[in-house]
Amino acid sequence: MSSGRLTNFLIPLLAVLLGVIVGSIVMVISGYDPIAGYSALLYGAFGDSYYIGETIRQMTPYILAGLAVAFAFRTGLFNIGVEGQLIVGWLAAVWVGVAFELPKFIHLPLAILAAAAAGALWALIPGFLKARFKVHEVIVTIMMNYIALHATNAIIRSVLSDKGYKSEEIHESASLRSEFLQSITDYSTLHYGIIIALLAAVIMWFLLEKTTKGYELRAVGFNQHASHYAGMNVSNNIVLAMVISGAFAGVAGAMEGLGTFANISVKAGFTGVGFDGIAVALLGGNNAFGIILSALLFGALKVGALEMPSSAGVPTELVDIVIALIIFFVASSYLIRLLLTRVKKEGK
Amino acid sequence: MEYVIEMLNIRKVFGNFVANDNITLQLKKGEIHALLGENGAGKSTLMNVLFGLYQPDGGEIRVKGQTVKISNPNVANDLGIGMVHQHFMLVDTFTVTENIILGSEPTKLGKIDIKRAEQEVRELSERYGLAVDPTAKIADISVGMQQRVEILKTLYRGADILIFDEPTAVLTPQEIQELIQIMKALVREGKSIILITHKLKEIMEVCDRVTVIRRGKGIGTLNVADTNPNELAALMVGREVHFKTEKREATPGKDVLEIKDLVVKDARGVTVVNHLDLTVRAGEIVGIAGVDGNGQSELIEAITGLIKAESGSIKLNGKEILNLPPRKITEAGVGHIPQDRHKHGLVLDFPIGENIVLQTYYQEPYSKNGILNFKNIYDKARQLIKEFDVRTPDEYTKARALSGGNQQKAIIGREVDRNPDLLIAAQPTRGLDVGAIEFIHKRLIEQRDQGKAVLLVSFELDEIMNVSDRIAVIYEGKIVAIVDPKEITEQELGLLMAGSKRKEAGVSS
Ligand SMILES: Nc1ncnc2c1ncn2[C@@H]1O[C@H](COP(=O)(O)OP(=O)(O)OP(=O)(O)O)[C@@H](O)[C@H]1O
Ligand SMILES: [Mg+2]
Repeated sequence: MSSGRLTNFLIPLLAVLLGVIVGSIVMVISGYDPIAGYSALLYGAFGDSYYIGETIRQMTPYILAGLAVAFAFRTGLFNIGVEGQLIVGWLAAVWVGVAFELPKFIHLPLAILAAAAAGALWALIPGFLKARFKVHEVIVTIMMNYIALHATNAIIRSVLSDKGYKSEEIHESASLRSEFLQSITDYSTLHYGIIIALLAAVIMWFLLEKTTKGYELRAVGFNQHASHYAGMNVSNNIVLAMVISGAFAGVAGAMEGLGTFANISVKAGFTGVGFDGIAVALLGGNNAFGIILSALLFGALKVGALEMPSSAGVPTELVDIVIALIIFFVASSYLIRLLLTRVKKEGK
Repeated sequence: MEYVIEMLNIRKVFGNFVANDNITLQLKKGEIHALLGENGAGKSTLMNVLFGLYQPDGGEIRVKGQTVKISNPNVANDLGIGMVHQHFMLVDTFTVTENIILGSEPTKLGKIDIKRAEQEVRELSERYGLAVDPTAKIADISVGMQQRVEILKTLYRGADILIFDEPTAVLTPQEIQELIQIMKALVREGKSIILITHKLKEIMEVCDRVTVIRRGKGIGTLNVADTNPNELAALMVGREVHFKTEKREATPGKDVLEIKDLVVKDARGVTVVNHLDLTVRAGEIVGIAGVDGNGQSELIEAITGLIKAESGSIKLNGKEILNLPPRKITEAGVGHIPQDRHKHGLVLDFPIGENIVLQTYYQEPYSKNGILNFKNIYDKARQLIKEFDVRTPDEYTKARALSGGNQQKAIIGREVDRNPDLLIAAQPTRGLDVGAIEFIHKRLIEQRDQGKAVLLVSFELDEIMNVSDRIAVIYEGKIVAIVDPKEITEQELGLLMAGSKRKEAGVSS
């Protein structure tokens, strides 16, 4: 039991370490100093209060995207559509933020709920198609990503602006921005979203592990036949699992729309946060607490990487390769598990 | 060189649990060697060690006199060891040949040479009398056929030592006879076989020697010729076992289950339950006897709401339950021990505790206001584990890690504990050891004596004859005869099941 838990902890750690090592090799081969590179990365992520603020701000949508992927995964679904659900959530949040003027204690929750609802709705379609017609959710969610991207762009141009490329700024009453958080982090873009993300992690854990609904969702995820035999409504549970996953993704979009950017602009391509969410969930073992840690790592990599070109002269492309290597080793954690059990056997 | 396989003082530990405690098994060339033991005694574990799926924590394995280390199934293959698992490992959408060559495909210019493979499979199949069609899809062939594909898979890889893990548990009596012939043909061709089975009759019929293990410890190896079923049962369980369960006369009461004119079609639209009538009263056990595929599975799935019936009526305590959702039927008082415990009975990746409340998790005391009460759930699990003698390290262990028989005991405990008015038991003792079978039969009779209605479906005529108060013979989706087990022989029953009329079967009505 305890040895299993140790392995579960060791594997992601080793994956990161391997990524770092191979990353150094790549840097050496390309003629850069890996020590300077990694110290720049580390400094850029945690070097002073400003960087810490930026890292936390960056990990906020990662947590929520990771939770969205993990929630679906734990209930037997593969939600590749987090990216699209995030985008529509972002749009909905900004829309509510711009369109209404309300007291903050109503406006802000309303905007976040709108984002959750939009993400949920976006996920409802693949969920329904899966439950009703057994259409595989991976295909539908991928398509839904494209629809989300282009539909959102069209709405931004035609409805939220006058043929412009971005919406108006949201009203202060819908904003997650915090002067207090900014002031203690040397005026970073840190906002209250992190509290919501942490809260969402607790909600996901509680929902899945402690409630009867979570029990049903997990049961359906593992074995639909036995769940049906036990009197659960399999189709409804599939749809619900997808909808809840989408709601998390939608809230991730609200973090960008109400916190980081305070508006939404036409996107040339995907934000990538939704896709990174898959890696975050994987690295975090699809568990709420693990996801917080892995989101921290991803946030730190993303933010710290910005410092690498200027301080260590490592080009951004190489930085992306190093990050990709880490993700690669995380994804192939099966290999590491294999190696680990081998080593243990020999050690005996 | 006498032994082809020697497993000497094998030890295997899971966590703190000793599954194999210095077990020794020696297999002679050309013999069929039975491995006998209770559910959870460690038989599958021992064989998985031999097949390289588990690494032993102690002991020595010798193959043809050479000490070997079998680090994975490929090594086992290379040593000529093949295994037919308790649960098959076939790809449903592949053909027989594709499944057999999977992992060792013959190629021609880098392309799989399927024609040659088919030819080889056909030859092997003919040589051992397996009668397998190499081009059939797995999904389309019977369980018995699938098992032969598993056998062919090992032969194709050149195995001369075959391990069969409970091959007969999933077979009908006819298929068992055929398998026995196949095994005899295999040893004639110089193969050696280790056979795991709980059916003492089979051991007496085909095996040369038998090794008995009990709770992970080796008890000893006997010549089958020098022993008898009673001695074997006593050796494996550690006490006297009664094959015939004592029961008093039934005192049936009111009708609990009334089925009238029931019609059920299968997925392909074929009528499989054909205007069937059946009544089960409180305080009696009705056994359904029939050859597999005569509508018994669909009958049960229709009663329990797992599939929709076309027409007819199913009443429970006078209330119509036809085509209600499964939960409504469960709540109305139906308990169901399903035929396929892995598919329907358990969520294998859930701990035993969570499996115990699979139908009741939303009720008090297991939850309140939508929040689970794990203390009550696991208290109940502990209680049932004790009451039903489920051998498991603890109630937090995943159902997957339990031996087949112990999974079944957990399901039976769960269903009986819900105290249903009607208990449906489909193959309740499949894969169980003789001690456990005796225990389950006692429980079924106990339910009856408490005034419950029990509907038993089984392919084991022994079981039907032993436990039922009335036997309903099902043939082509209809109940064709209702007989009293005291007034009929197994032969007569067999004829009825084959569709002959009562007069021809020699039964006066
Ligand atoms: N991977 C595992 N982890 C933990 N315990 C295990 C594992 N595999 C088996 N066990 C335990 O070891 C014991 C022996 O299991 P095994 O499957 O060998 O029994 P068996 O003799 O084949 O029983 P059956 O006749 O019911 O199939 C059981 O109590 C089981 O719970
Ligand atoms: Mg077994």
